[in-house]
Amino acid sequence: MASPILRIENVSKRYGKKDVLKGASLTVHKGDLKILIGPSGAGKSTLLQCINFLVKPDEGRIWLEDQEVHYAHKRNLYAYRQKVGMIFQDFNLFDHLNALENVRIGMVKVKGMAKAEAGERAVMELERVGLKDHMQKYPAQLSGGQKQRVSIARALAMDPKVMLLDEPTSALDPELIGEVHAVIRDLGNNGMTMIMATHQIGFASSLASEIIFMEDGQILERGTPEKIFFQAENARTKEFCSKITELYGETR
Amino acid sequence: MPESLIAIKDALPYLLQGSLVTLIVVAGAMALGLTIGVPLAVGQVYGHPALRRVIGVYVWFFRGIPLLVLLFLFYFGLCTALDINLTAFTVAIIVLGLISSAYQSQIFRGAILSLPEGQFKAARALGMSDLKAISFIVLPQALRLSIPGWSNEYSILLKDSAVTYALGVAEIMARAHFVATRTYQQLPLYLAAGVIFLVLTYLGTRGLRMLEEKVRIPGYSAHGL
Repeated sequence: MASPILRIENVSKRYGKKDVLKGASLTVHKGDLKILIGPSGAGKSTLLQCINFLVKPDEGRIWLEDQEVHYAHKRNLYAYRQKVGMIFQDFNLFDHLNALENVRIGMVKVKGMAKAEAGERAVMELERVGLKDHMQKYPAQLSGGQKQRVSIARALAMDPKVMLLDEPTSALDPELIGEVHAVIRDLGNNGMTMIMATHQIGFASSLASEIIFMEDGQILERGTPEKIFFQAENARTKEFCSKITELYGETR
Repeated sequence: MPESLIAIKDALPYLLQGSLVTLIVVAGAMALGLTIGVPLAVGQVYGHPALRRVIGVYVWFFRGIPLLVLLFLFYFGLCTALDINLTAFTVAIIVLGLISSAYQSQIFRGAILSLPEGQFKAARALGMSDLKAISFIVLPQALRLSIPGWSNEYSILLKDSAVTYALGVAEIMARAHFVATRTYQQLPLYLAAGVIFLVLTYLGTRGLRMLEEKVRIPGYSAHGL
């Protein structure tokens, strides 16, 4: 088997006395789509933010393509973050820039690309997420679904090796979830490697290569969607899955 | 024509020259305050705790001592003690600028803190250093939000600049006082000085309001417009 694209070993995070993440490990191969599920406060978001060091883990090591990430070394960290795209629950678009500029700014200011060249690439990425006609609009003029698609285009423009998605549809109107899911599905079909936290288990089970159930800062169980949703071994996994299925509908 | 009107008419060109001096002092002080105030605010929000304390002391110092005391301290005290040869005009700009930097830093700090934190995170997630994220994402928005507070700062500086008359800076107040004591036309001359200040306040705050509108981010509602 090829060597993993991303390897996370024993990552822990403590806030004061509270352990929010207790030694999570994860091995991700190219093209994998790992889905993190679990109740609020389980540590899904902390794990994702630890992966690109937006939250500094207290312990643990991370390798991208067999290169260990030394986050105390700033250059190393900034170079690594370019290769790890991040999608946030509340989009976090830059409010003073229009859609095109939002996508372009990382290429210009971080990669040092020329504005024109970066602009062309930004147009391409926005077309890819179906926002050809909205490129000049500012975040305040876009719907939630459109904003999230801009943020996906912004991440893609950096040519990431891995994408981290932190509940990308949780802040959206139900009607707008579909358009974002379509973009993510498309990414998956094109071989993008992704780790995504979500409660949309129907969507998750149709795409995921592995489902990871977290609770209380720990990974309790992992396996294929079939295993986790229908033959979970852990009682908590079963309970959580049955509740969430009731809430969000059938898994298939 | 009554004597008072003649007095104003005769003194007007002289007073208007003074308003040019006033405007240069205020513009210089605003610019100096901006240049120092922005790094102060950034340091106070994102800096090391030790740096934050140092900035806190700076702000406390320049907000806590009366303008007149600071002017005398710098002009008659420091300049003499250190044998620096600065004109009253230069000292006026420096002292007003330093005081303004303390006030402006708090305007910018408030603006930075009012921004959603997520944008800073997203910028860093793209691979930006903190400095880049602050320069390209945080400050362009924070400075826009600072314009209303800035217009306050302008009108305060404008009025404070009259105090520099005590150093002999030939601004509006100094000139009005000079003419008034020589012609004994106190009422019309101080009235004229007051009106010039009113007009300058109006023009400046109006200009800043237009700037605010010009750089407004599309899609954000302009309350009250």
